[in-house]
Amino acid sequence: MPFGLLKYGLLKRYPAQHHFTPECELKSHYDVVIVGAGGHGAAIAYYLAKEHGITNVAVLDKGYLGGGNTARNTAVIRSNYLTEEGVNFYKASVDLYEGLSNELGYNILYENRGQLTLAHSDAAVRSMRWRAEVNQHLGVKSELVDPQTIKELVPLLNVESNTRFPILAGLWHADGGTARHDAVVWGYMKGACERGVELHQLTEVTGFDIQHNKVNKVHTSRGAISCGCVVQAVAGMSSVVAKMAGLKLPIHAFPLQAMVTQPYKPLMTPHVSSPHVHVYIHQTSRGEFVIGGGSDPYALYNTRATLEMKETLASSITELFPFLAQAKMLRQWAGITDMTPDYSPIMGKCEIENYYLDAGWGTWGFKATPISGKTMAELVATKKTPSLIKPFALQRFYDFQQVNEAGATAASH
Amino acid sequence: MKTLNCPLNGRRNITEFVYGGEYHMRPDANNASSTEWAEYVFFDRNPAGEVIEWWFHSPSAYWFLAKRNTVTDEVLATFAFDELAQHVEGDHHV
Ligand SMILES: Cc1cc2nc3c(=O)[nH]c(=O)nc-3n(C[C@H](O)[C@H](O)[C@H](O)COP(=O)(O)OP(=O)(O)OC[C@H]3O[C@@H](n4cnc5c(N)ncnc54)[C@H](O)[C@@H]3O)c2cc1C
Repeated sequence: MPFGLLKYGLLKRYPAQHHFTPECELKSHYDVVIVGAGGHGAAIAYYLAKEHGITNVAVLDKGYLGGGNTARNTAVIRSNYLTEEGVNFYKASVDLYEGLSNELGYNILYENRGQLTLAHSDAAVRSMRWRAEVNQHLGVKSELVDPQTIKELVPLLNVESNTRFPILAGLWHADGGTARHDAVVWGYMKGACERGVELHQLTEVTGFDIQHNKVNKVHTSRGAISCGCVVQAVAGMSSVVAKMAGLKLPIHAFPLQAMVTQPYKPLMTPHVSSPHVHVYIHQTSRGEFVIGGGSDPYALYNTRATLEMKETLASSITELFPFLAQAKMLRQWAGITDMTPDYSPIMGKCEIENYYLDAGWGTWGFKATPISGKTMAELVATKKTPSLIKPFALQRFYDFQQVNEAGATAASH
Repeated sequence: MKTLNCPLNGRRNITEFVYGGEYHMRPDANNASSTEWAEYVFFDRNPAGEVIEWWFHSPSAYWFLAKRNTVTDEVLATFAFDELAQHVEGDHHV
Protein backbone atom coordinates (compact mmCIF):
# COMPACT_ATOMS: atom_id res chain seq x y z
CA MET A 1 0.00 0.00 0.00
CA PRO A 2 1.38 3.46 -0.82
CA PHE A 3 2.51 5.12 2.44
CA GLY A 4 0.77 8.30 1.38
CA LEU A 5 -2.58 6.62 2.01
CA LEU A 6 -1.64 5.39 5.47
CA LYS A 7 -1.78 8.85 6.98
CA TYR A 8 -5.44 9.18 6.03
CA GLY A 9 -6.17 5.83 7.61
CA LEU A 10 -4.46 6.77 10.87
CA LEU A 11 -5.53 10.41 11.23
CA LYS A 12 -8.40 11.00 13.64
CA ARG A 13 -9.75 13.58 11.24
CA TYR A 14 -10.91 10.78 8.93
CA PRO A 15 -12.73 8.33 11.23
CA ALA A 16 -14.35 5.26 9.73
CA GLN A 17 -18.07 5.86 9.27
CA HIS A 18 -20.24 3.12 10.70
CA HIS A 19 -23.65 3.07 9.12
CA PHE A 20 -25.29 0.69 11.53
CA THR A 21 -25.12 -0.49 15.16
CA PRO A 22 -21.91 -2.43 15.72
CA GLU A 23 -22.61 -5.97 16.93
CA CYS A 24 -23.65 -5.89 20.59
CA GLU A 25 -25.70 -7.79 23.16
CA LEU A 26 -29.46 -7.37 23.22
CA LYS A 27 -30.70 -5.12 26.04
CA SER A 28 -33.20 -6.61 28.46
CA HIS A 29 -35.94 -4.14 27.48
CA TYR A 30 -36.94 -2.02 24.47
CA ASP A 31 -39.88 0.34 24.25
CA VAL A 32 -40.51 -0.81 20.69
CA VAL A 33 -39.40 -4.10 19.10
CA ILE A 34 -39.68 -4.14 15.31
CA VAL A 35 -39.61 -7.61 13.76
CA GLY A 36 -38.06 -7.49 10.30
CA ALA A 37 -35.27 -5.23 9.04
CA GLY A 38 -36.56 -4.67 5.53
CA GLY A 39 -37.34 -1.23 4.15
CA HIS A 40 -40.52 -1.08 6.19
CA GLY A 41 -38.97 -2.00 9.54
CA ALA A 42 -36.10 0.43 8.95
CA ALA A 43 -38.43 3.27 7.90
CA ILE A 44 -40.68 2.76 10.94
CA ALA A 45 -37.61 2.91 13.20
CA TYR A 46 -36.34 6.04 11.46
CA TYR A 47 -39.56 8.04 11.82
CA LEU A 48 -40.06 6.82 15.42
CA ALA A 49 -36.64 8.24 16.30
CA LYS A 50 -36.68 11.34 14.13
CA GLU A 51 -40.26 12.56 14.49
CA HIS A 52 -41.33 11.13 17.82
CA GLY A 53 -38.07 10.99 19.81
CA ILE A 54 -38.59 7.27 20.53
CA THR A 55 -35.13 5.72 20.37
CA ASN A 56 -35.15 2.75 22.74
CA VAL A 57 -36.02 0.64 19.73
CA ALA A 58 -34.65 -2.67 18.46
CA VAL A 59 -35.01 -3.78 14.85
CA LEU A 60 -34.54 -7.56 14.68
CA ASP A 61 -33.93 -9.63 11.59
CA LYS A 62 -33.41 -13.36 11.26
CA GLY A 63 -31.20 -12.72 8.23
CA TYR A 64 -29.55 -9.52 7.05
CA LEU A 65 -30.65 -5.91 6.79
CA GLY A 66 -32.73 -5.56 3.63
CA GLY A 67 -32.16 -9.17 2.56
CA GLY A 68 -35.85 -9.97 2.10
CA ASN A 69 -38.17 -8.59 -0.54
CA THR A 70 -36.51 -5.19 -0.20
CA ALA A 71 -33.49 -6.72 -1.97
CA ARG A 72 -35.60 -8.61 -4.50
CA ASN A 73 -38.11 -6.12 -5.81
CA THR A 74 -38.06 -4.45 -9.20
CA ALA A 75 -38.37 -0.95 -7.73
CA VAL A 76 -41.42 0.36 -9.55
CA ILE A 77 -42.67 3.48 -7.74
CA ARG A 78 -46.08 4.82 -8.79
CA SER A 79 -49.39 6.11 -7.45
CA ASN A 80 -51.85 5.47 -10.32
CA TYR A 81 -54.10 3.14 -8.36
CA LEU A 82 -57.87 2.87 -8.68
CA THR A 83 -59.47 3.54 -5.29
CA GLU A 84 -59.42 6.91 -3.56
CA GLU A 85 -57.88 5.27 -0.46
CA GLY A 86 -55.15 3.63 -2.52
CA VAL A 87 -54.30 6.66 -4.63
CA ASN A 88 -54.07 9.02 -1.64
CA PHE A 89 -51.85 6.60 0.24
CA TYR A 90 -49.41 5.81 -2.59
CA LYS A 91 -49.30 9.44 -3.72
CA ALA A 92 -48.12 10.45 -0.24
CA SER A 93 -45.37 7.84 -0.60
CA VAL A 94 -44.25 9.05 -4.04
CA ASP A 95 -44.12 12.60 -2.62
CA LEU A 96 -41.84 11.40 0.19
CA TYR A 97 -39.63 9.50 -2.30
CA GLU A 98 -39.02 12.67 -4.29
CA GLY A 99 -37.36 14.33 -1.30
CA LEU A 100 -35.92 11.24 0.34
CA SER A 101 -32.25 11.61 -0.65
CA ASN A 102 -32.25 15.06 0.99
CA GLU A 103 -34.24 13.88 4.00
CA LEU A 104 -31.79 11.03 4.67
CA GLY A 105 -28.59 12.72 3.50
CA TYR A 106 -28.10 9.52 1.55
CA ASN A 107 -28.42 9.08 -2.18
CA ILE A 108 -31.23 6.65 -2.93
CA LEU A 109 -30.86 7.32 -6.69
CA TYR A 110 -34.50 8.30 -7.10
CA GLU A 111 -35.40 8.87 -10.75
CA ASN A 112 -38.67 10.15 -12.13
CA ARG A 113 -39.04 7.97 -15.24
CA GLY A 114 -42.76 7.81 -15.92
CA GLN A 115 -44.72 4.58 -16.15
CA LEU A 116 -46.77 3.24 -19.04
CA THR A 117 -49.41 0.51 -18.68
CA LEU A 118 -50.60 -1.06 -21.92
CA ALA A 119 -54.18 -1.93 -22.89
CA HIS A 120 -54.74 -4.74 -25.39
CA SER A 121 -58.54 -4.98 -25.02
CA ASP A 122 -61.57 -2.68 -24.90
CA ALA A 123 -62.21 -3.67 -21.30
CA ALA A 124 -58.69 -2.58 -20.36
CA VAL A 125 -59.13 0.76 -22.16
CA ARG A 126 -62.34 1.39 -20.21
CA SER A 127 -60.73 0.65 -16.86
CA MET A 128 -57.78 2.91 -17.74
CA ARG A 129 -60.13 5.76 -18.55
CA TRP A 130 -61.67 5.24 -15.12
CA ARG A 131 -58.27 5.16 -13.40
CA ALA A 132 -57.12 8.30 -15.23
CA GLU A 133 -60.20 10.18 -14.01
CA VAL A 134 -59.76 9.07 -10.39
CA ASN A 135 -56.04 9.84 -10.52
CA GLN A 136 -56.43 13.33 -11.98
CA HIS A 137 -59.15 14.16 -9.48
CA LEU A 138 -56.71 13.33 -6.66
CA GLY A 139 -53.79 15.24 -8.16
CA VAL A 140 -51.88 12.34 -9.74
CA LYS A 141 -50.52 12.75 -13.27
CA SER A 142 -52.27 10.07 -15.27
CA GLU A 143 -53.78 10.09 -18.76
CA LEU A 144 -54.98 7.81 -21.53
CA VAL A 145 -52.64 7.87 -24.56
CA ASP A 146 -52.96 6.49 -28.10
CA PRO A 147 -50.53 4.16 -29.92
CA GLN A 148 -48.86 7.11 -31.70
CA THR A 149 -47.98 8.74 -28.35
CA ILE A 150 -46.89 5.35 -27.02
CA LYS A 151 -44.51 5.01 -29.96
CA GLU A 152 -43.02 8.41 -29.13
CA LEU A 153 -42.63 7.58 -25.44
CA VAL A 154 -41.11 4.13 -26.06
CA PRO A 155 -39.78 3.88 -29.63
CA LEU A 156 -38.61 0.29 -29.13
CA LEU A 157 -42.05 -1.03 -28.28
CA ASN A 158 -43.76 -3.08 -31.00
CA VAL A 159 -47.01 -1.19 -31.62
CA GLU A 160 -47.75 -2.91 -34.96
CA SER A 161 -51.30 -4.20 -35.43
CA ASN A 162 -50.20 -7.63 -36.71
CA THR A 163 -49.24 -8.96 -33.27
CA ARG A 164 -51.06 -11.51 -31.13
CA PHE A 165 -52.41 -8.78 -28.83
CA PRO A 166 -52.18 -5.39 -30.58
CA ILE A 167 -51.77 -2.38 -28.29
CA LEU A 168 -54.94 -0.27 -28.31
CA ALA A 169 -54.00 2.42 -25.80
CA GLY A 170 -51.96 3.10 -22.69
CA LEU A 171 -52.22 4.71 -19.27
CA TRP A 172 -49.35 7.20 -19.03
CA HIS A 173 -48.33 8.04 -15.48
CA ALA A 174 -45.74 10.81 -15.60
CA ASP A 175 -45.19 10.63 -11.81
CA GLY A 176 -43.88 7.05 -11.95
CA GLY A 177 -40.29 6.47 -10.90
CA THR A 178 -37.68 4.17 -9.49
CA ALA A 179 -34.97 4.20 -6.82
CA ARG A 180 -32.07 2.06 -5.67
CA HIS A 181 -33.93 -0.40 -3.41
CA ASP A 182 -30.95 -1.28 -1.19
CA ALA A 183 -30.11 2.37 -0.64
CA VAL A 184 -33.62 3.02 0.67
CA VAL A 185 -33.30 0.50 3.50
CA TRP A 186 -29.65 1.44 4.20
CA GLY A 187 -30.47 5.14 4.33
CA TYR A 188 -33.41 4.68 6.69
CA MET A 189 -31.49 2.28 8.95
CA LYS A 190 -28.45 4.56 9.09
CA GLY A 191 -30.64 7.51 10.06
CA ALA A 192 -32.33 5.41 12.75
CA CYS A 193 -29.04 4.05 14.17
CA GLU A 194 -27.54 7.55 14.31
CA ARG A 195 -30.42 8.47 16.62
CA GLY A 196 -29.94 5.51 18.94
CA VAL A 197 -32.00 2.71 17.41
CA GLU A 198 -30.33 -0.73 17.54
CA LEU A 199 -30.20 -3.06 14.56
CA HIS A 200 -29.73 -6.74 15.40
CA GLN A 201 -29.17 -8.99 12.41
CA LEU A 202 -29.14 -12.81 12.59
CA THR A 203 -31.68 -12.51 15.41
CA GLU A 204 -34.79 -14.55 14.72
CA VAL A 205 -38.02 -13.90 16.57
CA THR A 206 -39.39 -17.27 17.69
CA GLY A 207 -42.38 -16.38 19.89
CA PHE A 208 -44.18 -13.90 22.10
CA ASP A 209 -45.48 -13.94 25.67
CA ILE A 210 -48.97 -12.51 25.65
CA GLN A 211 -51.01 -11.87 28.79
CA HIS A 212 -54.29 -10.02 29.16
CA ASN A 213 -54.21 -9.13 25.49
CA LYS A 214 -50.78 -7.51 25.77
CA VAL A 215 -47.45 -8.74 24.50
CA ASN A 216 -44.78 -8.27 27.13
CA LYS A 217 -41.93 -10.48 25.99
CA VAL A 218 -40.32 -11.33 22.66
CA HIS A 219 -38.43 -14.63 22.35
CA THR A 220 -35.51 -14.63 19.97
CA SER A 221 -32.76 -16.99 18.89
CA ARG A 222 -30.49 -14.89 21.17
CA GLY A 223 -32.71 -14.91 24.25
CA ALA A 224 -35.86 -13.19 25.47
CA ILE A 225 -36.40 -9.43 25.76
CA SER A 226 -39.19 -7.47 27.38
CA CYS A 227 -40.97 -4.89 25.26
CA GLY A 228 -43.38 -1.96 25.41
CA CYS A 229 -44.89 -2.94 22.08
CA VAL A 230 -44.19 -4.96 18.93
CA VAL A 231 -44.43 -4.05 15.25
CA GLN A 232 -44.29 -6.92 12.77
CA ALA A 233 -42.92 -6.01 9.33
CA VAL A 234 -41.89 -9.36 7.87
CA ALA A 235 -43.58 -9.38 4.44
CA GLY A 236 -43.49 -12.99 3.14
CA MET A 237 -43.38 -14.41 6.68
CA SER A 238 -46.40 -12.39 7.87
CA SER A 239 -48.67 -15.39 8.56
CA VAL A 240 -45.90 -17.30 10.31
CA VAL A 241 -44.95 -14.47 12.69
CA ALA A 242 -48.59 -13.47 13.28
CA LYS A 243 -49.32 -17.05 14.28
CA MET A 244 -46.70 -16.75 17.04
CA ALA A 245 -48.92 -13.98 18.40
CA GLY A 246 -52.03 -16.13 17.96
CA LEU A 247 -53.29 -14.13 14.98
CA LYS A 248 -54.70 -15.44 11.71
CA LEU A 249 -54.42 -13.21 8.65
CA PRO A 250 -56.09 -13.10 5.23
CA ILE A 251 -52.72 -13.62 3.55
CA HIS A 252 -51.32 -16.19 1.13
CA ALA A 253 -47.59 -16.64 0.45
CA PHE A 254 -46.69 -16.83 -3.24
CA PRO A 255 -43.21 -16.65 -4.79
CA LEU A 256 -42.75 -13.81 -7.28
CA GLN A 257 -39.98 -14.28 -9.84
CA ALA A 258 -37.99 -11.71 -11.82
CA MET A 259 -34.86 -11.54 -13.96
CA VAL A 260 -32.40 -9.10 -15.59
CA THR A 261 -30.61 -9.06 -18.92
CA GLN A 262 -27.06 -8.06 -19.73
CA PRO A 263 -26.49 -4.27 -19.73
CA TYR A 264 -27.27 -2.17 -22.82
CA LYS A 265 -26.64 1.48 -23.57
CA PRO A 266 -29.53 3.72 -22.41
CA LEU A 267 -32.46 2.81 -24.67
CA MET A 268 -35.61 3.28 -22.65
CA THR A 269 -36.68 5.78 -19.98
CA PRO A 270 -40.11 4.76 -18.62
CA HIS A 271 -41.34 1.59 -16.97
CA VAL A 272 -43.60 -0.38 -19.31
CA SER A 273 -46.12 -2.88 -18.06
CA SER A 274 -48.65 -5.11 -19.78
CA PRO A 275 -51.19 -6.75 -17.47
CA HIS A 276 -52.56 -8.65 -20.46
CA VAL A 277 -49.42 -10.59 -21.33
CA HIS A 278 -48.37 -10.39 -17.70
CA VAL A 279 -44.97 -8.80 -17.89
CA TYR A 280 -43.30 -5.51 -17.05
CA ILE A 281 -39.90 -4.04 -17.75
CA HIS A 282 -37.60 -1.11 -17.22
CA GLN A 283 -33.98 -0.35 -17.89
CA THR A 284 -31.90 0.26 -14.78
CA SER A 285 -29.39 3.09 -14.61
CA ARG A 286 -26.72 0.37 -15.02
CA GLY A 287 -28.29 -0.51 -18.37
CA GLU A 288 -29.79 -3.90 -17.52
CA PHE A 289 -33.40 -4.61 -18.44
CA VAL A 290 -35.30 -5.78 -15.35
CA ILE A 291 -38.13 -8.09 -16.34
CA GLY A 292 -40.86 -9.14 -13.92
CA GLY A 293 -42.92 -10.36 -12.35
CA GLY A 294 -44.35 -13.80 -12.54
CA SER A 295 -46.29 -15.03 -9.52
CA ASP A 296 -46.13 -18.79 -9.11
CA PRO A 297 -49.44 -20.56 -9.77
CA TYR A 298 -49.77 -21.91 -6.21
CA ALA A 299 -48.81 -20.98 -2.64
CA LEU A 300 -45.22 -21.72 -1.60
CA TYR A 301 -42.54 -20.64 0.91
CA ASN A 302 -39.61 -21.31 -1.37
CA THR A 303 -37.55 -18.91 -3.45
CA ARG A 304 -36.41 -21.45 -6.02
CA ALA A 305 -36.68 -20.45 -9.67
CA THR A 306 -38.65 -22.28 -12.31
CA LEU A 307 -37.85 -22.57 -16.00
CA GLU A 308 -41.58 -22.32 -16.82
CA MET A 309 -41.78 -18.83 -15.32
CA LYS A 310 -38.65 -17.64 -17.11
CA GLU A 311 -40.05 -18.98 -20.39
CA THR A 312 -43.37 -17.19 -19.87
CA LEU A 313 -41.66 -13.90 -19.07
CA ALA A 314 -39.27 -14.26 -22.02
CA SER A 315 -42.04 -15.07 -24.47
CA SER A 316 -44.19 -12.14 -23.33
CA ILE A 317 -41.38 -9.60 -23.29
CA THR A 318 -40.13 -10.52 -26.75
CA GLU A 319 -43.63 -9.90 -28.13
CA LEU A 320 -43.44 -6.34 -26.81
CA PHE A 321 -39.72 -5.76 -27.44
CA PRO A 322 -38.55 -8.09 -30.23
CA PHE A 323 -34.89 -6.96 -29.93
CA LEU A 324 -34.70 -8.62 -26.50
CA ALA A 325 -34.77 -12.01 -28.22
CA GLN A 326 -31.00 -11.41 -28.58
CA ALA A 327 -30.47 -10.59 -24.92
CA LYS A 328 -28.62 -12.79 -22.46
CA MET A 329 -30.19 -13.28 -19.07
CA LEU A 330 -27.74 -12.32 -16.33
CA ARG A 331 -29.56 -13.15 -13.10
CA GLN A 332 -32.91 -14.37 -11.89
CA TRP A 333 -34.44 -14.66 -8.43
CA ALA A 334 -37.65 -14.85 -6.39
CA GLY A 335 -39.12 -13.43 -3.21
CA ILE A 336 -42.03 -14.66 -1.08
CA THR A 337 -44.88 -12.17 -1.40
CA ASP A 338 -47.63 -11.79 1.21
CA MET A 339 -50.73 -11.52 -0.99
CA THR A 340 -54.04 -10.18 0.32
CA PRO A 341 -57.45 -10.86 -1.28
CA ASP A 342 -57.92 -7.19 -2.29
CA TYR A 343 -54.28 -6.39 -3.19
CA SER A 344 -54.14 -3.73 -0.46
CA PRO A 345 -51.93 -3.87 2.65
CA ILE A 346 -52.94 -4.71 6.22
CA MET A 347 -51.75 -1.95 8.52
CA GLY A 348 -52.52 -0.89 12.04
CA LYS A 349 -53.99 -2.33 15.19
CA CYS A 350 -55.23 -5.83 15.89
CA GLU A 351 -56.87 -7.60 18.81
CA ILE A 352 -53.64 -7.49 20.85
CA GLU A 353 -53.44 -4.02 22.39
CA ASN A 354 -49.74 -3.30 21.84
CA TYR A 355 -49.08 -5.36 18.69
CA TYR A 356 -49.06 -3.56 15.35
CA LEU A 357 -49.30 -5.07 11.88
CA ASP A 358 -47.45 -3.86 8.79
CA ALA A 359 -48.21 -6.72 6.40
CA GLY A 360 -49.87 -7.76 3.18
CA TRP A 361 -47.39 -5.92 0.95
CA GLY A 362 -47.51 -8.57 -1.72
CA THR A 363 -45.95 -7.48 -4.97
CA TRP A 364 -46.46 -3.74 -4.37
CA GLY A 365 -44.88 -2.73 -1.02
CA PHE A 366 -41.55 -1.18 -2.02
CA LYS A 367 -43.20 2.00 -3.25
CA ALA A 368 -45.02 2.29 0.07
CA THR A 369 -41.88 2.08 2.21
CA PRO A 370 -41.66 5.81 3.15
CA ILE A 371 -45.34 6.41 3.88
CA SER A 372 -45.85 3.16 5.74
CA GLY A 373 -42.80 3.97 7.87
CA LYS A 374 -44.15 7.41 8.62
CA THR A 375 -47.75 6.42 9.37
CA MET A 376 -46.87 3.28 11.36
CA ALA A 377 -44.44 5.32 13.48
CA GLU A 378 -47.18 7.86 14.17
CA LEU A 379 -49.55 5.04 15.15
CA VAL A 380 -47.02 3.48 17.54
CA ALA A 381 -46.11 6.87 19.08
CA THR A 382 -49.64 8.26 19.47
CA LYS A 383 -51.70 5.03 19.57
CA LYS A 384 -54.06 6.78 17.12
CA THR A 385 -54.43 5.41 13.60
CA PRO A 386 -53.53 8.11 11.02
CA SER A 387 -56.46 8.71 8.67
CA LEU A 388 -54.37 7.77 5.61
CA ILE A 389 -54.12 4.13 6.79
CA LYS A 390 -57.51 3.69 8.48
CA PRO A 391 -58.97 1.97 5.38
CA PHE A 392 -56.23 -0.70 5.55
CA ALA A 393 -57.04 -2.09 9.00
CA LEU A 394 -57.33 -5.88 9.40
CA GLN A 395 -60.90 -5.25 10.57
CA ARG A 396 -61.93 -4.40 6.97
CA PHE A 397 -62.22 -8.09 6.15
CA TYR A 398 -64.74 -8.59 8.97
CA ASP A 399 -66.67 -5.50 7.84
CA PHE A 400 -66.62 -6.58 4.16
CA GLN A 401 -64.98 -3.24 3.31
CA GLN A 402 -62.17 -4.33 1.03
CA VAL A 403 -60.06 -1.80 -0.85
CA ASN A 404 -59.92 -3.48 -4.25
CA GLU A 405 -56.68 -2.73 -6.08
CA ALA A 406 -56.45 -6.06 -7.92
CA GLY A 407 -56.87 -4.48 -11.36
CA ALA A 408 -54.49 -1.60 -10.73
CA THR A 409 -51.81 -3.90 -9.30
CA ALA A 410 -51.92 -6.98 -11.55
CA ALA A 411 -48.68 -7.04 -13.47
CA SER A 412 -47.56 -3.51 -12.63
CA HIS A 413 -46.39 -3.85 -9.01
CA MET B 1 -43.66 -29.69 -9.07
CA LYS B 2 -43.94 -30.93 -12.65
CA THR B 3 -46.75 -33.45 -12.35
CA LEU B 4 -49.61 -34.15 -9.99
CA ASN B 5 -51.32 -37.45 -9.32
CA CYS B 6 -55.02 -36.90 -9.96
CA PRO B 7 -57.15 -39.38 -7.96
CA LEU B 8 -59.43 -39.77 -10.98
CA ASN B 9 -57.06 -39.62 -13.97
CA GLY B 10 -53.68 -40.61 -12.63
CA ARG B 11 -50.43 -38.68 -12.96
CA ARG B 12 -50.71 -35.69 -15.30
CA ASN B 13 -48.65 -32.67 -16.29
CA ILE B 14 -49.01 -29.80 -13.81
CA THR B 15 -50.23 -27.48 -16.57
CA GLU B 16 -53.50 -29.48 -16.60
CA PHE B 17 -54.28 -28.43 -13.02
CA VAL B 18 -55.54 -25.27 -11.36
CA TYR B 19 -54.74 -24.46 -7.73
CA GLY B 20 -57.85 -23.89 -5.61
CA GLY B 21 -56.46 -22.67 -2.28
CA GLU B 22 -56.50 -24.03 1.26
CA TYR B 23 -59.27 -26.38 2.31
CA HIS B 24 -61.58 -24.99 5.03
CA MET B 25 -64.58 -26.53 6.70
CA ARG B 26 -67.60 -24.67 5.38
CA PRO B 27 -69.60 -22.90 8.11
CA ASP B 28 -73.18 -23.97 8.74
CA ALA B 29 -75.10 -21.93 6.16
CA ASN B 30 -78.11 -21.37 8.40
CA ASN B 31 -76.41 -20.41 11.64
CA ALA B 32 -72.96 -18.97 10.83
CA SER B 33 -72.22 -15.43 12.02
CA SER B 34 -70.78 -12.89 9.59
CA THR B 35 -67.44 -13.21 11.43
CA GLU B 36 -67.38 -16.93 10.64
CA TRP B 37 -68.19 -16.24 6.99
CA ALA B 38 -65.47 -13.59 6.76
CA GLU B 39 -62.90 -16.01 8.18
CA TYR B 40 -64.07 -18.79 5.86
CA VAL B 41 -63.88 -16.62 2.75
CA PHE B 42 -60.79 -14.48 3.37
CA PHE B 43 -58.57 -15.95 6.08
CA ASP B 44 -56.08 -18.79 5.80
CA ARG B 45 -53.63 -20.63 8.02
CA ASN B 46 -51.09 -20.13 5.26
CA PRO B 47 -48.58 -22.31 7.09
CA ALA B 48 -44.94 -22.82 6.21
CA GLY B 49 -45.39 -26.60 6.31
CA GLU B 50 -48.14 -29.11 5.66
CA VAL B 51 -51.45 -27.95 4.28
CA ILE B 52 -54.54 -29.54 2.74
CA GLU B 53 -55.65 -27.73 -0.37
CA TRP B 54 -58.00 -27.90 -3.36
CA TRP B 55 -56.82 -28.73 -6.87
CA PHE B 56 -58.84 -28.87 -10.06
CA HIS B 57 -58.10 -31.13 -13.00
CA SER B 58 -59.22 -28.84 -15.78
CA PRO B 59 -59.77 -31.21 -18.76
CA SER B 60 -62.02 -33.50 -16.68
CA ALA B 61 -63.51 -30.73 -14.47
CA TYR B 62 -62.68 -32.69 -11.33
CA TRP B 63 -62.00 -31.12 -7.91
CA PHE B 64 -59.90 -33.06 -5.40
CA LEU B 65 -57.64 -32.47 -2.39
CA ALA B 66 -53.89 -32.64 -1.91
CA LYS B 67 -51.72 -32.65 1.17
CA ARG B 68 -48.58 -30.70 0.40
CA ASN B 69 -45.58 -29.26 2.21
CA THR B 70 -45.40 -25.57 1.27
CA VAL B 71 -41.68 -25.28 2.11
CA THR B 72 -40.28 -28.30 0.26
CA ASP B 73 -43.08 -28.31 -2.37
CA GLU B 74 -43.52 -32.03 -1.77
CA VAL B 75 -46.98 -33.49 -2.46
CA LEU B 76 -47.62 -36.00 0.33
CA ALA B 77 -50.98 -37.31 -0.91
CA THR B 78 -53.79 -36.57 -3.34
CA PHE B 79 -57.28 -37.87 -2.65
CA ALA B 80 -60.98 -37.46 -3.33
CA PHE B 81 -63.00 -35.20 -1.05
CA ASP B 82 -64.81 -38.11 0.67
CA GLU B 83 -61.45 -39.48 1.85
CA LEU B 84 -60.67 -36.28 3.72
CA ALA B 85 -61.23 -37.75 7.20
CA GLN B 86 -58.39 -40.24 6.72
CA HIS B 87 -55.94 -37.45 6.01
CA VAL B 88 -56.79 -35.00 8.77
CA GLU B 89 -54.89 -35.64 11.99
CA GLY B 90 -56.39 -35.00 15.43
CA ASP B 91 -55.93 -31.26 15.99
CA HIS B 92 -55.14 -30.32 12.41
CA HIS B 93 -57.43 -27.34 11.93
CA VAL B 94 -58.59 -27.01 8.39
C1 LIG C 1 -39.66 -10.10 -7.50
C2 LIG C 1 -40.36 -9.00 -6.76
C3 LIG C 1 -40.64 -7.80 -7.39
C4 LIG C 1 -41.29 -6.75 -6.73
N1 LIG C 1 -41.47 -5.57 -7.38
C5 LIG C 1 -42.00 -4.52 -6.72
C6 LIG C 1 -42.09 -3.24 -7.36
O1 LIG C 1 -41.67 -3.08 -8.52
N2 LIG C 1 -42.64 -2.20 -6.68
C7 LIG C 1 -43.11 -2.35 -5.40
O2 LIG C 1 -43.62 -1.37 -4.84
N3 LIG C 1 -43.00 -3.55 -4.74
C8 LIG C 1 -42.46 -4.63 -5.37
N4 LIG C 1 -42.34 -5.84 -4.73
C9 LIG C 1 -42.85 -5.97 -3.34
C10 LIG C 1 -41.83 -5.42 -2.34
O3 LIG C 1 -40.57 -5.99 -2.58
C11 LIG C 1 -42.23 -5.75 -0.89
O4 LIG C 1 -43.60 -5.51 -0.69
C12 LIG C 1 -41.44 -4.91 0.10
O5 LIG C 1 -40.08 -4.96 -0.18
C13 LIG C 1 -41.71 -5.37 1.52
O6 LIG C 1 -40.79 -4.74 2.39
P1 LIG C 1 -40.68 -5.19 3.89
O7 LIG C 1 -39.68 -4.35 4.55
O8 LIG C 1 -42.05 -5.23 4.47
O9 LIG C 1 -40.23 -6.73 3.80
P2 LIG C 1 -38.80 -7.44 3.55
O10 LIG C 1 -37.86 -6.58 2.84
O11 LIG C 1 -39.09 -8.79 2.99
O12 LIG C 1 -38.26 -7.58 5.03
C14 LIG C 1 -38.82 -8.47 5.96
C15 LIG C 1 -37.71 -9.00 6.84
O13 LIG C 1 -38.28 -9.76 7.91
C16 LIG C 1 -37.34 -10.75 8.27
N5 LIG C 1 -38.00 -11.79 9.05
C17 LIG C 1 -38.92 -12.70 8.64
N6 LIG C 1 -39.27 -13.50 9.66
C18 LIG C 1 -38.57 -13.09 10.74
C19 LIG C 1 -38.49 -13.53 12.10
N7 LIG C 1 -39.21 -14.56 12.56
N8 LIG C 1 -37.66 -12.88 12.95
C20 LIG C 1 -36.91 -11.84 12.51
N9 LIG C 1 -36.94 -11.38 11.23
C21 LIG C 1 -37.75 -12.01 10.37
C22 LIG C 1 -36.78 -11.21 6.94
O14 LIG C 1 -35.49 -11.80 7.11
C23 LIG C 1 -36.73 -9.91 6.13
O15 LIG C 1 -35.45 -9.32 6.10
C24 LIG C 1 -41.71 -6.92 -5.37
C25 LIG C 1 -41.44 -8.14 -4.72
C26 LIG C 1 -40.76 -9.18 -5.38
C27 LIG C 1 -40.47 -10.45 -4.64
